[in-house]
Amino acid sequence: MIDLTANELLQRQSAGDVTAEAIASALLDRIQHLDPKIKAFLAVDDALLQAKTIDAKRKRGEPLGKLAGIPIALKDVICTKGKRATCGSKILHNFVPPYDAHVITKLKEADAILIGKTNCDEFAMGSSTENSAYQITRNPWDRERIPGGSSGGSAAAVAASMAPLALGTDTGGSIRQPASHCGVVGVKPSYGRVSRFGLIAYGSSLDQVGPFAHDVRDAALLLEVIAGHDPRDSTSVNTPVPNYTTTLNQPVKPLTIGVAKEFWSEGLDAEVEQSVRAALKVYEQLGATIKEISLPHTPYAVAVYYLVATAEASSNLARYDGVHFGHRAEKFHGLIDMVKKSRGEGFGAEVKRRIMLGTYALSSGYIDAYYLKALKVRRLIRQDFDHAFKECDVVIGPTSPTPAFKIGEKTADPLAMYLSDIYTISANLAGICGISVPCGFTKAGLPIGLQILAAPFAEEKLLRVARMHEKETEWHQRRPVL
Amino acid sequence: MSLSADEVRKVADLARLELADAELDPMARQLSAIIDYINQLQQVNTDGVEPLAHALDVHDVFRDDAPAPSLSEDAALANAPARKDNFYRVPPVFGD
Repeated sequence: MIDLTANELLQRQSAGDVTAEAIASALLDRIQHLDPKIKAFLAVDDALLQAKTIDAKRKRGEPLGKLAGIPIALKDVICTKGKRATCGSKILHNFVPPYDAHVITKLKEADAILIGKTNCDEFAMGSSTENSAYQITRNPWDRERIPGGSSGGSAAAVAASMAPLALGTDTGGSIRQPASHCGVVGVKPSYGRVSRFGLIAYGSSLDQVGPFAHDVRDAALLLEVIAGHDPRDSTSVNTPVPNYTTTLNQPVKPLTIGVAKEFWSEGLDAEVEQSVRAALKVYEQLGATIKEISLPHTPYAVAVYYLVATAEASSNLARYDGVHFGHRAEKFHGLIDMVKKSRGEGFGAEVKRRIMLGTYALSSGYIDAYYLKALKVRRLIRQDFDHAFKECDVVIGPTSPTPAFKIGEKTADPLAMYLSDIYTISANLAGICGISVPCGFTKAGLPIGLQILAAPFAEEKLLRVARMHEKETEWHQRRPVL
Repeated sequence: MSLSADEVRKVADLARLELADAELDPMARQLSAIIDYINQLQQVNTDGVEPLAHALDVHDVFRDDAPAPSLSEDAALANAPARKDNFYRVPPVFGD
């Protein structure tokens, strides 16, 4: 039961073969036995109680939501009313949100089961989940390795079959990269597709909440549920959400795939390249045209991101001042000292680094050379994609230059860690949508991810293209031995 | 180094972050390395290019200025580190 997809679990419940209570019970059992070895979860919820409510609804013949009885794990940057949200930080160790995020409201309306909050890099800042103030999550495929980040807990929870679905967030690749490292599907919706109301902010022009799942069908279903306009998020777009699940199995024909020469960069692992080229062959066999393109500003994307995201973060994290919520220092002299000490004590090293960088980039005398310059190059990055999508339906390449590295391998060099996001980061800067799907394994048994990118609000096409590869391959059916 | 320990202190003050003395030099080194890397952006010709702060072409999203239910005072103050009546209690803004 634990290995079943959400769609399979929905069918079984409809057929009367299994109850929501049985599903929740099996998964809670698995979490209890397995999570001490993986450490994906920061908190586990009262799933049985929720499940019994859904079973009772079904028994009474009441209409049920699209995710009825399906347990979903939630990255701990998402506000869940009455349940702690820590963002993986000590500064919010005692924060209990008084309201639900929009995506939580949508999940509840869909009768989903909220099974727990998952571990992440502190305030979503990181690429390995090693920056969590609480625990290090392990990659279920090799527990000496990182699950990726910042949504490592959510990716690991799905990969280890502790939940069939999860929500993560993606600001520079934080859904796609852990999906790639954990051998699951992860989607970054277009900016504005999913409401950020109740998502504790990191980079407001970059953040998006998105699904983790075992396969594209499940990811499409979860995206359909959480997407859509929300008047409480003025950056959410007021356009209808297509029925992703209905059109999913229609291949895109004709299909032109852009392959950026900048994605075959130095530092790309040979086995990753091999698997990605094999995936492109699958598309060619299905009749797709592969076209070499250029995204010339790709080499500057990491630099742009670490100015834009950190500037936005320095502003967003100014609210953690010990005044309204979160950690307040015990010893201080006056208000400003209280603020400085609360923040100094509550934030981890990476968060401090990024706040400092952002503050510097915005400061008088530097703002033109750094922040504004970065925003101009950001427009050039966006234009690269605009040109690409005029000639191609999608852009395909590796999600990550390497498979999952070992825990502790990159922590001494922040810059080396930043450079591992080289393929995912541009999509956030440009606001486009992207997905990572499993496309192979290294000889050592580590998952490899294929990244597909599409134009803003082209999720329907994106998912159909992803599904084409999934129908011809079996990578998404493999599970780690645990 | 692009950033001296003294500049780090100034930026930390702006960011209202207290850094321990032992944190200053590592922070200066790490930030300098990152800034050195970021400086490559100066090579990019951005003449006539407008900044892109926001991916979407959406502007001025308004709603009616009509009051509606919001958080209760108790809910809003529930996470307060210190509370007095319906206020967040903090040290005096002026002086100690």
